Amino acid sequence: MLCQECQRYPANVHITKIVNGKKTELHLCEQCARAKEELDFSFEPQFSLHNLFGSILNETILGSRERIAAGKQQCPNCGLTFAQFSQIGRLGCSECFGTFGDRLLPLLRRIHGSSNHTGKIPNRSASTVKVKRELERLREELQQRIQREEFEVAAQLRDRIRQIEQELREGGEQ
Amino acid sequence: MKRGGKQAFFSRWIEGNGPEADTVISSRVRIARNIKELPFPYLASDEQTSKVQELVTKAAAGQKGKFNDFRFLRMAELSDQEKQVLVEKHLISPFLAREAHNGALLLRQDEAVSIMINEEDHLRLQCILPGLQLEEAWREADYYDDLLEEKLDYAYDERFGYLTACPTNVGTGLRASVMMHLPGLIMSKQVNRFLSALSQVGLTVRGLYGEGTEIVGNIVQVSNQITLGHREEEIIASLYNVTRQIIEQEQSARQALLNGERERIADRSWRALGLLKYAQLMTSQEAIQLLSDLRLGYDLGLIKNVDRRLLNQLMVIIRPACLQHLAGRKLSSSERDLERPIQVRRLLNEYMSKE
Repeated sequence: MLCQECQRYPANVHITKIVNGKKTELHLCEQCARAKEELDFSFEPQFSLHNLFGSILNETILGSRERIAAGKQQCPNCGLTFAQFSQIGRLGCSECFGTFGDRLLPLLRRIHGSSNHTGKIPNRSASTVKVKRELERLREELQQRIQREEFEVAAQLRDRIRQIEQELREGGEQ
Repeated sequence: MKRGGKQAFFSRWIEGNGPEADTVISSRVRIARNIKELPFPYLASDEQTSKVQELVTKAAAGQKGKFNDFRFLRMAELSDQEKQVLVEKHLISPFLAREAHNGALLLRQDEAVSIMINEEDHLRLQCILPGLQLEEAWREADYYDDLLEEKLDYAYDERFGYLTACPTNVGTGLRASVMMHLPGLIMSKQVNRFLSALSQVGLTVRGLYGEGTEIVGNIVQVSNQITLGHREEEIIASLYNVTRQIIEQEQSARQALLNGERERIADRSWRALGLLKYAQLMTSQEAIQLLSDLRLGYDLGLIKNVDRRLLNQLMVIIRPACLQHLAGRKLSSSERDLERPIQVRRLLNEYMSKE
């Protein structure tokens, strides 16, 4: 049998569609089948990870009234609502993360086992984050030094921490 | 930046000269990045996605000389076949080839670095190298990430890290993977035990052609699943260490095969070479299995008249779009099965006449 569309190549994709009890049959070659956009020919299963997200996102919101209210929450930048997000499993823009904030935490923890980034910090876009991360590290070290009674080093660390804190405050005022 | 250009079957990873190349075919790192406030590609308007293209190309051009050896390719200006060839060479994702709006690519001359524009995220920086070179691949991607970040306002959050369209990529946006050839573990049926253990350490296993594909040709891809809560170096190191363990197990499985069934393995490899040279009709499934047998023979030192570059090239040219590219015309699936042995034979003969 030749492909119904192009009449050139043998039909090796056969599709039977039943919509509202009405049956239609299609016999296509691979290329034409691929070109028909209504059909997804990747071998990936139609069910995706994103379908799971919705249930995880909603499990912390108990009452149905609450759920409806939460669903209406909308990102002011891109217009995506929380209900849409839990349906498609994808955020709309960088600002969605600020908008939905804590509501994302259970999902992120379920996926990654964590909800805090500890990796790379961009040089330009987040220079203060770098400083804050450094501060955290210094404070931790300070505690360790104190416990080990290395007071001289600890004092140096304390001064360094104060200096950085001072700089951060001044930077914030500018 | 140069535009357009002809596609040859050359890529840095195809050269096959990296460390541990007898088990690890390639190492790949990709990082997802987005531009602040602009909607992610799937939600963005045509205008907004072309703005992303413009911003990224400007950023690259603004880094004087650093992107000189990159080509800029707009997906809309490539034929379906040309795009699919890029997919088959593992340089772009199927998504960028088929579904992206205003999708584009910055591709380094040696094809080791590709920067996808308007994929699921605004930017996907990828580095793919031959053999086990995860750290090197990360360093390359990191380098270009820094260059672009100097000129682009990235979407970044103190708590969540790099922000991405899909929550599975948030944080580092880093996906590292190794493509491994594991005939020893698969033939001795040890592989399932191994692979199920991997999921417990946050790694996933996929077939040769990506998500949802089964294992063919004894090739598996192992990659990290978790992107948030670990530093990039930790993610890379953990995948590296697991890969080393798999290599060790694979090597001892191969040694056992060699001790017990040397003749049978040698026969199988030589038969594979014979079929690849003389068969007249070949499905891709058969070809990939034969190439695995041949590769094993080469890796065990049983066959000397091929090399790794040739084996990698063969693995690429047997795929549909590459075959059609070489044949210079569209081919149906049954025509491809006829064309495949012709192209395989041509490449083998070319190689052997040079030897």
